[in-house]
Amino acid sequence: MGIIDILQSIIPAAIFFAAPLIFTALGGVFSERSGVVNIGLEGLMVMGAFVAIVSNLTLAGPLQSLDVWFDQSAPGFLSWLGIIQFGNLTPWVAIIIAIIISAIFSLVHAVASVSFRADQVVSGVALNFLALGVSLFLVNQWYGKGQTDMVEKPFYTADLWLLSDIPVIGPMFFTGYRTSYIAILLAFLVWFIIYKTPFGLRLRSVGEHPMASDTNGINVSRMRYIGVMLSGAFGGLGGAVYALTIAMNFSHATISGQGFMALAAMIFGKWHPLGAMGAALFFGFAQSLSVVSSTIPLLQNVPQVYLLIAPYVLTILALAGFIGRADAPKAIGTPYIKGSR
Amino acid sequence: MFASRFYNIVIPVISVILGLIAGAIIMLLFGYNPISGYAALWNGAFGDLYFTGETIVKVTPYILSGVAVAFAFRTGLFNIGVEGQVFVGWLAAVWVGVALDLPMILHLPLAILAAAVAGGLWGFVPGFLKAKFRVHEVIVSIMMNYIALYTCNAIIRSVITDNEDKTENVAESASLASEWLTQLTFSRLHYGFLIALIGAFLMWFILEKTTKGYELRSVGFNQNASKYAGMNVDRNIVLSFVISGAFAGVAGAMQGLGTFQFMSVNSGFTNIGFDGIAVALLGGNTALGSVLGAFLFGTLKVGALNMPSAGVPKELVDIVVALIIFFVASSYIIRWFLQRSKKEGK
Repeated sequence: MGIIDILQSIIPAAIFFAAPLIFTALGGVFSERSGVVNIGLEGLMVMGAFVAIVSNLTLAGPLQSLDVWFDQSAPGFLSWLGIIQFGNLTPWVAIIIAIIISAIFSLVHAVASVSFRADQVVSGVALNFLALGVSLFLVNQWYGKGQTDMVEKPFYTADLWLLSDIPVIGPMFFTGYRTSYIAILLAFLVWFIIYKTPFGLRLRSVGEHPMASDTNGINVSRMRYIGVMLSGAFGGLGGAVYALTIAMNFSHATISGQGFMALAAMIFGKWHPLGAMGAALFFGFAQSLSVVSSTIPLLQNVPQVYLLIAPYVLTILALAGFIGRADAPKAIGTPYIKGSR
Repeated sequence: MFASRFYNIVIPVISVILGLIAGAIIMLLFGYNPISGYAALWNGAFGDLYFTGETIVKVTPYILSGVAVAFAFRTGLFNIGVEGQVFVGWLAAVWVGVALDLPMILHLPLAILAAAVAGGLWGFVPGFLKAKFRVHEVIVSIMMNYIALYTCNAIIRSVITDNEDKTENVAESASLASEWLTQLTFSRLHYGFLIALIGAFLMWFILEKTTKGYELRSVGFNQNASKYAGMNVDRNIVLSFVISGAFAGVAGAMQGLGTFQFMSVNSGFTNIGFDGIAVALLGGNTALGSVLGAFLFGTLKVGALNMPSAGVPKELVDIVVALIIFFVASSYIIRWFLQRSKKEGK
């Protein structure tokens, strides 16, 4: 087995595992850059996964029948819409709903930590409990059991037009999930927003020195609300993508620690969108190693446990060794009280 | 004005009441009877001796994991790695309990000590890296959780047993189980409860009654001031993490030597550590508060298992717990209401 074959099996798997972490870590960047700690990323992913699965299960049927309607009985002037495969849009619709609901759900954290001046760590922990409680309560309520059925319309891998035909690199990078490409593109977009736009400057400034921002006429509370809600949207997206590419159903164990890994990726990436993406890709890479190891001659005889703990050990070593210290945004964790010094 | 001590007691109580009311409203919205729901919860936790016993069994590790989180919090550290420290403590205790053959007076303390040492070592890593390299303790602790999970599984599978999914039961001389408690309640109630209370007492004693504890709290309040006063901040950070980890390790020992008597391969986390965060926060990061918080938490969790008998999904309790934590966190707003109502009363 040549090195290229090995890379061709590892790299797609790495990107595949990394995508949900990238989304969620980007959400964390928004929230923490605005000065609000977000331990609740885990809960936001839970909410996203839950909403995505439920809306996918609920909408798959109706959207499918829309296709049939357009094919058979739609009035002539609408028939061109029949080209759209509404049934196949189901997962996309599901993640959009998940984004919206999770952003609204994150308002709980925003209200508590910005308006009520709650301890942000406590509020984030509560968010995790609340997401799990609400989602499992509703699953029990709606489906009468502890977990949902498997979705019938998940995301599938698809070759990216033309690019997948490039020799060697094509199969490595361009035959995965659409959502993975979106994750990587979004990381660059978020970098642009945070470092190159007035909005990003304001967001960072309320996280570094809210009093100075306030003096300059920036509405600190409003920026922080936006930061937290964006983290809700992105966390929800991460959870939704995890649910519709990896888990396929929702139960108490669907999201177990991915949110914390995303948090780690964000800190590892020094609160920088591209750094967070790099860290998430690294976690994905390490995770893929333990999954595909059985097919790689060099790793075949290594006991599984070493490969399982490798990503975590490597992260610790990297942090202690050559990444150096990372400083959080200065005003992180402290509520801004007008008029106080 | 109210004294702050008064608030420290009143706010959790109000939060719990508000949380329970919110739970009742949710039950009403979904067409359940909140009175029979809560009655089922109460019966599920204290309905007879068996349930009471199981509740205390659940409370025992919560006290210690809550104490572990609270102890670190008091030094200004967030130990989110209690979960992993519980794992290694559990494993160490069971390992000593299975492998050695000693009289009880030595065996049992040795097993518990092994758990404390293992948990302490696991806590040492994030503490040391924080002190030495300023690495964020949260991220290292999270990583250590996963390392603990997978390493413990591997040790159970290939070192302690021969490809089994769980260890043998610990020797009787290392067991916390008690015949008469079992006969009294028919539950898995064991003596670990007393050890948990001793743990909470130790936390209070170390923090409030020793010089070292004063230093630890001082570092938690203000690192620069502590440094200026001649304290070794780095060493205190490490020490705090080690002690916190030791408490967490003993929480694992309660599971290994008391509740289960063995350790099995886990596919995921037990949540004892993560729930410990909630317990500590509920208890305002004090020893007594953690004990009370653990009681509330354990009661709700065990009682919840009986709620389906009133038709209510048991997950309702998770919502209630989350809301209680939110209310505790938002103490500012409760304080504001209290103060306003007092002013108007005058």
